[in-house]
Amino acid sequence: MEEIIKEIKENVIMGRVDSSDEGFDGNMEGKPGVSELVRDTIKEDIPVKQVIDSLSEAMVVVGQKYDSGEYLIPDMLASAESVGAAMDILEPHLIDADVESKGVFVIATVKGDLHDIGKNIVATMLKGAGYEVKDIGTGINTEKIVEAIERYDAKFVGLSALLTTTMIEMQSVIELMESKGIRSKVKVLIGGAPVSSEFAKKIGADAYCKDAFHAIDTLKAMET
Amino acid sequence: MHRLNNFTEKAGNNMNDENFRSGTLVVPIPRINEEQIKTLHNSSLEILSDPGILCFNEEAVSFFQRGGCSVESSKQDNAWTVKIPGKVVMDAVESSPSRVVLGAREPANRLILDSQVSRIYFGTGSETNIFLETELADFVAKNNPNISFRLPVYKERRGTVRRLCDSARLCDTLNNVDFFIRNVNVQDEGISSSNKDVNVFFASLLYMTKHVQAGLVDLSSLDDVLRLGEIVADGLYSLQDNPIISFIACLIKSPLQMVEDTTRKVIEIAKRGIPLVISSSPQGGSTAPIQEEGMVALINAEVLAGITLTQLVNPGTPVLYGSVPVRARLDTLHDFYGAPEFIHYNTDCVQMARFYGVPSYSTAGVGDSKVPGIQATVEKLFSQLAVAQSGAQYIHYAFGLLDRTNVFCPVQAILDDANISLVRQILRSPVIEKEMAEASVNEIRKVMSSSTRLFARHIRRQIRRGVVSEPYTLEGKGDQDEVMQNACAKLEKIRNTAGNRLSEEIIDKIYMKVPGLLQRENFEL
Repeated sequence: MEEIIKEIKENVIMGRVDSSDEGFDGNMEGKPGVSELVRDTIKEDIPVKQVIDSLSEAMVVVGQKYDSGEYLIPDMLASAESVGAAMDILEPHLIDADVESKGVFVIATVKGDLHDIGKNIVATMLKGAGYEVKDIGTGINTEKIVEAIERYDAKFVGLSALLTTTMIEMQSVIELMESKGIRSKVKVLIGGAPVSSEFAKKIGADAYCKDAFHAIDTLKAMET
Repeated sequence: MHRLNNFTEKAGNNMNDENFRSGTLVVPIPRINEEQIKTLHNSSLEILSDPGILCFNEEAVSFFQRGGCSVESSKQDNAWTVKIPGKVVMDAVESSPSRVVLGAREPANRLILDSQVSRIYFGTGSETNIFLETELADFVAKNNPNISFRLPVYKERRGTVRRLCDSARLCDTLNNVDFFIRNVNVQDEGISSSNKDVNVFFASLLYMTKHVQAGLVDLSSLDDVLRLGEIVADGLYSLQDNPIISFIACLIKSPLQMVEDTTRKVIEIAKRGIPLVISSSPQGGSTAPIQEEGMVALINAEVLAGITLTQLVNPGTPVLYGSVPVRARLDTLHDFYGAPEFIHYNTDCVQMARFYGVPSYSTAGVGDSKVPGIQATVEKLFSQLAVAQSGAQYIHYAFGLLDRTNVFCPVQAILDDANISLVRQILRSPVIEKEMAEASVNEIRKVMSSSTRLFARHIRRQIRRGVVSEPYTLEGKGDQDEVMQNACAKLEKIRNTAGNRLSEEIIDKIYMKVPGLLQRENFEL
């Protein structure tokens, strides 16, 4: 058991989602990656909590490597994607294992805006950080975003926009949440090139996040 | 006299091809077509046969005469008019090596210059009189004390042996400097024409593990300089095998005058078979025609005349085709390095050198700006990129020069190093192979079937392949431009290192066998 947990950590650090990834040295293709290893833990009845802890520990190492300059964004994303893949596999087993989720995070690019690179990066990183991410896509109208928040009983919502003409949609999401009486239960985070802290304040959002790392830090601060 | 025959052939044969600086392999982009090259070639041969060159050195005249050139005494100039037939020129071109190896103290820093392979190396030059130091000072806006800036201020210093050592240590550290041409004119008390050469080569070799090159001030110093090179290269055989030093000679005073003094040096260097740059630096508008076809025909004729002499003296002498053509400013008649014509002239010469099968010594990274800044960057970058793109093997003047060739500024050298890093990345040859193209298609399929449709994870494989460029190395972390601060900090860091200094044992040996060196403290950093 210890061996497989160790391998999971190593593969998360290397960002090997599955066996098709060749790893850092380019010669690991065919060897089990995070997805295969996590499936093995289920077969072998290894406690889910232990697997999740190993994922978190590995991500701490990845974060340290990023802070020291050894890792770049693609390395972080690869590791986060590995954790995301692991969480997808583990999800059906979480309730039985009595593992407490960090909460559901609904994320969307607002109506009229089809840009999704930033949103996808944030979604990947949050999944890697242990949030249950519900990515509902791009160009999503206000009603659908609020509907998703209610359906998933989300603790957080992340709204993204790249255009000055679409960022105003963020305000209508917040207004609809208020009119439905759910605003106080949900933290609203906004991001995208044209928005700012001032804009967040103006429309009544809880935080502006300049990038995925800032989003994770903001969420951590909200937990405490 | 040390005769080092077959210098280059020997060096080439003994050289492990893995053991040299990789430079940057480029796919050359021509400026002129084959027909235009032939037109310029024919013009140059015509110039060499009529009016020919005016030669002020008698020994050279006899070499030319024995080689089949017609010679006539010119009483008016106290010289000889030498008319060089095209066949003599082409035989000489044929006899000069198409591949020249330049050695280095550190074997991995050797250079291979192959006229048919566009492997680009960048280096320093010229011999500047002013050494420009940079300090950062804080300035506060007069109308708003809350607004402050940190800006560079400059102080001019005289060139000294110690400053040449400082430059050598710096350039040895900078990754993009491939070779070192002494770039500080040493003006210490105690330096005279008779001991300048040994002090210049010693200061350079003391801190430089890359190839070292300089002109020769005094012919009587030649054997002392070679002895110095032998000691550093650890014996005569080693110097033959690894020619850590070489010479530059500008034997032609444009237009078409082979001067007495430098020609004598060229003959002696060629007799010894030492690698040599045959360089010419006409100024379009004063000592050469300003129009491209006239300038290039003239400088090409001048360089060919010099190469011809070296091959008549000692067939097989390794030479580089040295071109430093520049345009005149029309308001001052000063050299005008920032002129677009400077790039035209130089890139044409690179193509001419390739046509003859002689490695090219070319010029880029020099401009008219007197201090680092926007003008300096623009002038330097355009020529660094364009001349490298033309496929020159050996590009000098590329680091730290300002105010044409009058100033060497260490901080500017650091800025140039960062620019050249970008130039190298821009010029990286495409590697498009079937197998990798198929892998890319598979990658696209894989990403399209993923939830995020992001390629970021797959970048790491490409980083390993070396096809992903680094950001500008001096960029700041904040919102303000911090390039100058970062360059100054980098210089300070380098100056706090000891550098790759020669061992005390070798230094002792040099002081025992090489006369004319200044006291040791002059070389301490």
